[in-house]
Amino acid sequence: MTTRHPPGSPGSAAVEFLRPRSLSQALAAKAELQDALPIAGGTDVMVEINFGKRRPAALLDLTGVRELRGWQRDGALLRVGSGVTYTRLEAELAGLLPGLAMAARTVGSPQIRNRGTIGGNLGAASPAGDCHPVLLAAGAAVEAGSVRGARLIPADAFFLGPKRSALADDELITAVLVPPAPGPQQFAKVGTRNAMVIAVCSFALELRPGAGVGTGIGSAGPTPLRARDAEDFLAAELAGSGLWESREPLPGAVARRFGELAAAAARPVDDVRGSAAYRRHALSVLARRALGWAWDSYRKEGHLCG
Amino acid sequence: MTAPEAGDQVHTATVTLTVNGESRALEVDTRTSLLDLLREHLGLTGSKKGCDHGQCGACTVLIGGRRANACLALAVAHDGAEVTTVEGLADGDALHPLQDAFIRYDAFQCGYCTPGQLCSAAGMLTEGGPSAVTADLTGDPALTPGEIRERMSGNLCRCGAYVNIVRAVTAVSTAGTEP
Ligand SMILES: Cc1cc2nc3c(=O)[nH]c(=O)nc-3n(C[C@H](O)[C@H](O)[C@H](O)COP(=O)(O)OP(=O)(O)OC[C@H]3O[C@@H](n4cnc5c(N)ncnc54)[C@H](O)[C@@H]3O)c2cc1C
Ligand code: FES
Ligand code: FES
Repeated sequence: MTTRHPPGSPGSAAVEFLRPRSLSQALAAKAELQDALPIAGGTDVMVEINFGKRRPAALLDLTGVRELRGWQRDGALLRVGSGVTYTRLEAELAGLLPGLAMAARTVGSPQIRNRGTIGGNLGAASPAGDCHPVLLAAGAAVEAGSVRGARLIPADAFFLGPKRSALADDELITAVLVPPAPGPQQFAKVGTRNAMVIAVCSFALELRPGAGVGTGIGSAGPTPLRARDAEDFLAAELAGSGLWESREPLPGAVARRFGELAAAAARPVDDVRGSAAYRRHALSVLARRALGWAWDSYRKEGHLCG
Repeated sequence: MTAPEAGDQVHTATVTLTVNGESRALEVDTRTSLLDLLREHLGLTGSKKGCDHGQCGACTVLIGGRRANACLALAVAHDGAEVTTVEGLADGDALHPLQDAFIRYDAFQCGYCTPGQLCSAAGMLTEGGPSAVTADLTGDPALTPGEIRERMSGNLCRCGAYVNIVRAVTAVSTAGTEP
């Protein structure tokens, strides 16, 4: 049995448990022990450990890495550290990233939200992860760090399959880079009750006044995905009919078609939480409603501005 | 943290925590949950293991004053943490106002979920912030029964004592005696 320490932290841990104190230590440890399982809030990892589903050779505890825990402005973008919890997304970013705050407040329970992190949500890469549709809709990028350097992975290239992401074995998720909401954002999720449900399906929308729209669908395919046809359709309608400028009510037919196109983008399967047909139907309703709410707030903003 | 013995399959590490105000240093298997540390190593059996995967809330404790499921907390990742369990809520023989209110309002039947409910309520009263039942994302809304129910939604009660739990929490929050 060999004993290794995270570089630069003298005598701290046995090979099985690494507690780096800085990002550089964490990245060095991940490079050296690529099968070490990162643990942040632990709300996914501990379930697997408690039930013996996973016996990782090593655990890499990220909670001591200060660089991962904050968020700040980074030029025109916001840089949200992977270790930021749902509770903080709700409390601190509701103004700048309302879609993310809305998604955060639907996650699990208060106990889960106090611990669970945005980086852990991405790391688990579940098709049902609630941050994912919002990050897709907002055109976010995931920052992956390693001793080789940092790279940005667009959110729509991050998810490769159920619980599989584009992250390399020596990489850690260090942050999410996302523009502050340029206009109204919405997140809607269908579940059997408010808290403690994994979404049956979910939908996120961002309006970029004068510039376009973004979408994200959760729990309705092997990965979270964008509804590109719905985005293109709506962007063309809004621009073509001068609706961005007029802020007129949205024609019902446009909202309905948007919902249909969003549902058509999904690739749902039947499972215990709902049938594929039900998910598709639910998604068309969610998308239509999300658009209604977002358009209403866009119209109200126009009112406020004069 | 200690190095494992050569050839030893169980890998242990030392963790030092403050539990209910008392500093405790322990050597535990690196995969031990905080819940098992509390119950099996410290004999603090107030926190219950209802599900061991974050769904029932019977294991709720306060870590640094905030609610957490002890079953989902890796013990060795909590070196230096301050943990409060139900055993630490009372001040000597003087019950915590929530404990007193739970008795007065009949807020339990079998009592299995009660330690978690009490810790959760204690955390809730200080954590604040709007929940999913309030439309405004940025305000700090009043503790209506709906708001209390949502903020206590991480704690299940098989006996269905919810109505009286909400009454007890309401009584304490309106008395301004939150911790
Ligand atoms: C009762 C319960 C309810 C839940 N409800 C919801 C819900 O409603 N919506 C939802 O989306 N999720 C839900 N979850 C799942 C979970 O809480 C979230 O996915 C959470 O965001 C995970 O974050 P964490 O910090 O706890 O991750 P951890 O458990 O620490 O890690 C999760 C995964 O990500 C990896 N990881 C963590 N950080 C990094 C990093 N920086 N770089 C690379 N990999 C990393 C880990 O190795 C692991 O594979 C629920 C879980 C429970 C137990
Ligand atoms: S035992 Fe921890 S939530 Fe059920
Ligand atoms: S009182 Fe019995 S479970 Fe709540």
